[in-house]
Amino acid sequence: MATTIPEPPKLKPGRPPGPPTFGGGAEGVIPRSGGSLALDDSSPASRTGVWVGLAAISMMFAAFTSAMVVRQASQDWRHIDLPTILYLNTALLLASSCTIEVARSRFASASGKRSSVLLWMGVTLGLGIAFVAGQYAAWLQLRAEGLYLATNPSSSFLYLFTAAHALHVLGGLAGLMLVIYRLARRVPNLRGSTLSTVAYYWHFMDLLWIYLLLLLRIRL
Amino acid sequence: MHDTPAQVVHHHAPPTSFIRKHIFSLDHKVIGEQYYGLALLAVFIGMILSWLMRIHLAWPNAHIPGLELLSKNGAPGGVMTPEYYLQLMTMHGTIMVFFVLTTAPFAGFGNYLLPIQVGAEDMPFPRFNMMSFWVTFVAFMVAVAAFFVPEGPPLAGWTAYAPLSALGAVAGPGEGTGQVLWAVSIAIFCVGQLLGALNFIATTLDMRCRGMSLMRLPLSVWGWFITSCIGLTAFAVLMPACILLILDHVAGTSFFVPSNLVVNDQLQPHAGGSTLLWQHLFWFFGHPEVYIAIVPGMGVVSHVLITSMRRPMLSHRVLIYSMLALAFLSYMVYGHHMFVSGMNPFSSIAFSFPTLAITIPSTIIVLIWIGSLYGSKLRINSASLFALGFISMFVSGGVSGFFLAQPSLDIMLHATYFVVGHFHLVMGVAAMFGIFAGTYFWFPKVTGRMMSETLGKLHFWITFVGAYCIFMPFHYLGMAGNVRRYQAFVDDFMQPMLPLHKFITVAAILTGLAQFIFLFNLFYSRFRGRVAGPNPWEGTSLEWSTTSPPPFDNFGGKLPVVYHDPYQYGIEGATNDYVMQDSPEQINSVRDEK
Repeated sequence: MATTIPEPPKLKPGRPPGPPTFGGGAEGVIPRSGGSLALDDSSPASRTGVWVGLAAISMMFAAFTSAMVVRQASQDWRHIDLPTILYLNTALLLASSCTIEVARSRFASASGKRSSVLLWMGVTLGLGIAFVAGQYAAWLQLRAEGLYLATNPSSSFLYLFTAAHALHVLGGLAGLMLVIYRLARRVPNLRGSTLSTVAYYWHFMDLLWIYLLLLLRIRL
Repeated sequence: MHDTPAQVVHHHAPPTSFIRKHIFSLDHKVIGEQYYGLALLAVFIGMILSWLMRIHLAWPNAHIPGLELLSKNGAPGGVMTPEYYLQLMTMHGTIMVFFVLTTAPFAGFGNYLLPIQVGAEDMPFPRFNMMSFWVTFVAFMVAVAAFFVPEGPPLAGWTAYAPLSALGAVAGPGEGTGQVLWAVSIAIFCVGQLLGALNFIATTLDMRCRGMSLMRLPLSVWGWFITSCIGLTAFAVLMPACILLILDHVAGTSFFVPSNLVVNDQLQPHAGGSTLLWQHLFWFFGHPEVYIAIVPGMGVVSHVLITSMRRPMLSHRVLIYSMLALAFLSYMVYGHHMFVSGMNPFSSIAFSFPTLAITIPSTIIVLIWIGSLYGSKLRINSASLFALGFISMFVSGGVSGFFLAQPSLDIMLHATYFVVGHFHLVMGVAAMFGIFAGTYFWFPKVTGRMMSETLGKLHFWITFVGAYCIFMPFHYLGMAGNVRRYQAFVDDFMQPMLPLHKFITVAAILTGLAQFIFLFNLFYSRFRGRVAGPNPWEGTSLEWSTTSPPPFDNFGGKLPVVYHDPYQYGIEGATNDYVMQDSPEQINSVRDEK
């Protein structure tokens, strides 16, 4: 017979016992005039949430990939060259991952200024928009070559992968705009965890695109 | 130190407007009730569709009054056409699997109870939670809209097998707009379920109150948590499959349609697609879907039984590990749905082995239930009766799975009513019994009133006997060679089976009518039922520590602290025969697993 100790077990360090405060708590809110910006990852749920979301997106692209592998076995598969602008777009997206990290480090540093974080977030947003515009230009290039969605299975998958990825990037752009909006308000209410969540998602878009580019480069 | 710390836990204020309170609510409890209400509407639609099909099967030329109003082409003069039978069958399966068996046990009960049982005031992403319901609602409306387009709903079955489902109107009534609506609906539904799964996982992992370790979570929470993990990966695969299907319809791609296909004397303008690709993608979702429907029921039934037995399960941990094993193996067995698809016979063997292996955790779970029940002084009430009924249906339906798991036998049985009996018992009826058990058990918590036990027991016995009368004979019919998906049995060898079909039809109508007893009980008790206290069943988990119904923030402005395992029953020396999870009372127990 064991005796129950009437003390609740201690949870892991870093995991607060109660739920995080939501919307407007004192923690994680950066000062109005841009003094010291302390990074506050006080919401483990948002971290879990983004990883869970990324897992679902990974499964989705895994399904598309397996469909492509199966479909490629048929005789009507044709080789097509990737539009060259895709490589430029890749560089833009990679650069945006760097700039969002700069923004995060400015946010976390003791001497970080709001204007500096805003600047780098703005650059990230601009690069993201340029990436989506570049993808659109790639589709125009494909059209000019007479390659449409239903022309052959290769072009179907090229459009499919780029469009599905671009849609997810648009979601990331919405996240970036949310961060900028919260940061730019007269009384900013940006949580560090929100910035981190958006950054994780953005980096994942980067990784996903590199995977897709390699896949398309090798398979198409 | 034993007082619950009065932490301020509100993260959004109680709503004041009607729309925010009851329609676009962020409260997980309201969202849970909305899911349940949607499932209730869907299950009655699905049941009426099954009545129409059963009447047509027993009396193929029967005039069904009013049916012509639903579809002039599908039922001219009230007599169902063969195509319309298939269309109703498709919608019956779709509505039941997606909007009932997924929606009620997982999203309905889970939304309402999971945050309370883990000791949280809400889910971490309430807006996503609200979106998940409304997206699901839109998906339901899109699916039902297929009844009202000119050619009616699709006829390709709830599995929407390609190439039939990918060709368009040339493949038959409903295969144009109706099939596109189906695919759009299911793709939207997937989005809703993914948003829901995200919330469930984050709530379970990150919103637990102080002292609530993973092993202190009630089994119902484990059921919903495991289901959300399954759903996360399964729906994330079904959604792209639906997107590809839509593209085949509207954009002229050829993902699923092979070359040189002639349908209705017309050469199809598609080339090179793979029909098996759809089946692979669909069943990668489809088999885990079986566990999405049943695992929440396992958790609910375990929770209900423990409270009624006044003792914990033989092993809390083994039951959890077995449910986890079910989830893991559910992805490795999907190919057993494709034994007759023409795939490589070696693949069949590869899928047969894990299919047989998955019976091991299932059997362990059942043995734990039965072993725990043995010698217990079970409190018989509507909830515990339906929990026992769940076990009965799960075992009866599961046993036939042993036969279907073997390719050599499945080749004979696959296209017959044997399969229909199998999956209806193990997945449909068992899950429904889990829903009923949960409803009778948690109704007092949700409404503050008790359901009528007399009506509940009457409902149970008619449903229990009725379900066996309907679905057991399906197995005999299947073994006798009665093929499924036929709208009428006109061949000579099937004529002797017609009396049994008529018996099944009568049983289906009577069992369906009994569900109106439940519906009456549900609404009558809501307003006139005996007032329930906060803990009418003398339960120990956290939902019984708060008022009935719970306040907006679940625990009245503070979060509970947990000191014990969820099921401390039969405790010697305790004030009652149970100790609640958040009671700081010191007890002697061999069961507390720290």
